[in-house]
Amino acid sequence: MSGDLRGKAAAVGIGLAGIGAAPGYSHLDLTAQAVKIALDDAGLRPSDVDGLFASNLQNIFAPLNVGEYLGIRPKVTEGTQIGGSSPVAHLLWAVLALDAGLCDVALVCYGSNQRSAAGRLLSPSTSEPLIYEQPYGPRYPISSYALATSRHMHEYGTTREQLAAIAVAARGWAAMNPVAFMRDPLTIDEVLASRLVCDPLTVRDCCLVTDGAGAVVLTRAERARDLKADPVYLLGCGHAHWHRQISQMPDLTTSAAVDSGRRACEMAGMGPADIDVLELYDAFTITTLMFLEDLGFCAKGEGGPFVEDGRIGPGGSLPVNTNGGGLSCVHPGMYGIFTVIEAIEQLRGTAGERQVPGAQTAISHGNGGHFSSEVTAIWGTAATL
Amino acid sequence: MSGPDAQYAAFLAQGRLRLQRCGGCERHVFYPRVLCPHCGSDDLAWVDASGRGTVYATTVVRRRPEEGGAHNLCLVDLEEGVRMASRVEGIAPEAVTIGMAVSARIAQQEGDAIVVFDPS
Ligand SMILES: [Zn+2]
Repeated sequence: MSGDLRGKAAAVGIGLAGIGAAPGYSHLDLTAQAVKIALDDAGLRPSDVDGLFASNLQNIFAPLNVGEYLGIRPKVTEGTQIGGSSPVAHLLWAVLALDAGLCDVALVCYGSNQRSAAGRLLSPSTSEPLIYEQPYGPRYPISSYALATSRHMHEYGTTREQLAAIAVAARGWAAMNPVAFMRDPLTIDEVLASRLVCDPLTVRDCCLVTDGAGAVVLTRAERARDLKADPVYLLGCGHAHWHRQISQMPDLTTSAAVDSGRRACEMAGMGPADIDVLELYDAFTITTLMFLEDLGFCAKGEGGPFVEDGRIGPGGSLPVNTNGGGLSCVHPGMYGIFTVIEAIEQLRGTAGERQVPGAQTAISHGNGGHFSSEVTAIWGTAATL
Repeated sequence: MSGPDAQYAAFLAQGRLRLQRCGGCERHVFYPRVLCPHCGSDDLAWVDASGRGTVYATTVVRRRPEEGGAHNLCLVDLEEGVRMASRVEGIAPEAVTIGMAVSARIAQQEGDAIVVFDPS
């Protein structure tokens, strides 16, 4: 049944804005800049948008603020906030609404000025105290991911060096991405020697704090073929969440990505072996490692050995986080939309120096909260339909 | 009448660590709720907890000295099959290890009674 949505919608426009630092601009300014680029890319105008899928960390009613700013009066609107995976999650509702004829042009967007507006975001950890964890002084979200890392190391012998290899691979990709925020060379020893934030995670195991915005425009597949850009088709999308707070996560070494990934693969009629490029939400080095396992690219517990030899970096056999990821490219509070934009860039073949030759399929995997919400999307070129 | 959070806190204030146990599926439940997350039953009754647990995961939160310094944060699996966030006291935060046997103790923090653990 879910296969009915395979290839029904396509991304026809993408836009990035304010990647890194954009002092003086609000999150809505940055969002609008990204939307302008995405609509121009598609050859469409704001007045063409009738499906709005907007999230951010600064407005509780994000679609209302974004719609008002852009002058969009959507027929279908969606802003479910499940953390950094939200824009990836919105893709499923976008394709459903497009396929049902409820809207014709869907805009998925996100923006934040987290770096320049430091301390002025809606912080889930202060606006929503988790009363059974808060007394023990967590440093959200890092301490939650540190706990998961401790457990993975304990159960599977995963090492800090193996985790550091993930940060080094991301930096290698970032070096080839002109918009990435951190592009200087990085070594495993440098990661290991950097400041511990929550053991065993150092500051280099943690994502950046940047500004940035992203926008993606989608239409039904038949219209997509008539627009300016090469369409990239949404082949599958799956959601899953099992918990909110880390103390309620059933097994700290396995995320709900096992479910979201399986659902996305079922819709796409594909498996891990069919995927050319992976964009995995790397808030921390442990997230990349666990998603490689949970999405089936290696067996549970084998993520450490899997990444330690440069396999996921430039020149490796499995390209992962080709824009440099949240670790080295951009991480403005929520990173999900950037997994989508980089996947589309790679499948269009327009990723420049970091282009994966001949890429036909890609995964965008979003994560939110504390390994809480997991959303997997699978994309393909026209050749995969 | 008060809800389950307040009841749990009131027991702690009396020096008692109590958990809910479900009459529907006989599993223990933490954090306190009005519905069992395992079976959906609303038949949840308070029972005394053993206080015996094992460290499931642990970290050291590296705060600056002016923010209180480095401290332990861990997840403890209680013998009853529930997991709670807490900290192990009485040893260096780095010395807390996964698998360590620990015992619950009720401590006072900023006017609230909270559960912490000691190596047992
Ligand atoms: Zn029950």
